[in-house]
Amino acid sequence: MLTEFGKALIFLIIGAIFVALGLVGAWVFRPHRPYPEKNATYECGEEPVGSAWIRLNVRFYVTALIFLIFDVEVAFLFPWALVYRQFGLMGFLEMAVFLIILIVGYAYVWVKGDLNWDKPKPQIPVFDRTIVTAGRMRSVSTILDDDDVNEGVE
Amino acid sequence: MGLLDQRFENGNVFITSLDGLLNWARLSSLWQMQFGLACCAIEMMAASASNFDIMRFGVIPRATPRQVDVMFVAGTVTIKMASRIKRLYDQMSEPRYVISMGSCANCGGPYWEHGYHVLKGVDRVIPVDVYIPGCPPRPEALLEGIMKLQEKVRKESMIRKRA
Repeated sequence: MLTEFGKALIFLIIGAIFVALGLVGAWVFRPHRPYPEKNATYECGEEPVGSAWIRLNVRFYVTALIFLIFDVEVAFLFPWALVYRQFGLMGFLEMAVFLIILIVGYAYVWVKGDLNWDKPKPQIPVFDRTIVTAGRMRSVSTILDDDDVNEGVE
Repeated sequence: MGLLDQRFENGNVFITSLDGLLNWARLSSLWQMQFGLACCAIEMMAASASNFDIMRFGVIPRATPRQVDVMFVAGTVTIKMASRIKRLYDQMSEPRYVISMGSCANCGGPYWEHGYHVLKGVDRVIPVDVYIPGCPPRPEALLEGIMKLQEKVRKESMIRKRA
């Protein structure tokens, strides 16, 4: 007689047979005529740009670590909330300790400045504000004050 | 190479019946490239909807050329789009078919004379199996085109040697 796991084993075996049948069947029936255009990466018909293996900014590393910690915290909170009434005060205190430890870590990360997104300072281009008109140099402010320019603008 | 692909000569009972089985399987599941170019695509969508129900012929829209058997060129092929269509056709897995739907894809249609930006027929860049006339063709015409393509697939042989 089959045990409970025996049924799962039968499912495993049938699954493995299905995968093997698919692979072997494809190998038996398929045409295999590759050429560079056919093997090109599919980018919605556009010319493929670069490789899919690009480098990500290393600053995402800290953000991802912090996210992971609080993600797991939330994952723990849901089952705890389901059985909260059965545990009573003790359950509340235990989760409070857990949360406080994480919040202290959060404050530490915040104070250390790991949540700041360091950007290079923007380089504001500097222009020479004087422009040449009719052979003489005038600054922009004089032009704006000039009555000739402002004529007709009331 | 595949094991059976274009390996055998004519006249073998086993080969003929295996070809029949393979062709039946292929013509019953002609998966479709999911894209449309112009107003013919509206008729193609109508053919996919419940009134005409293209899926009873086994035509399922797929979003990648790797899983696709047939490409409906539904609409006006601009010259800019022609290179994309060629690339998409190249990326489809074999055996692959093309249904040219509507006058624009067949021959340029109303843009034949003055359409400076329109390709005069998609068969100038990719081989076409079935042409469906109309501007745009009714969904029934698209269904008939699919049945014509099924007839073509039924007569083909995948495992015979080609000349």
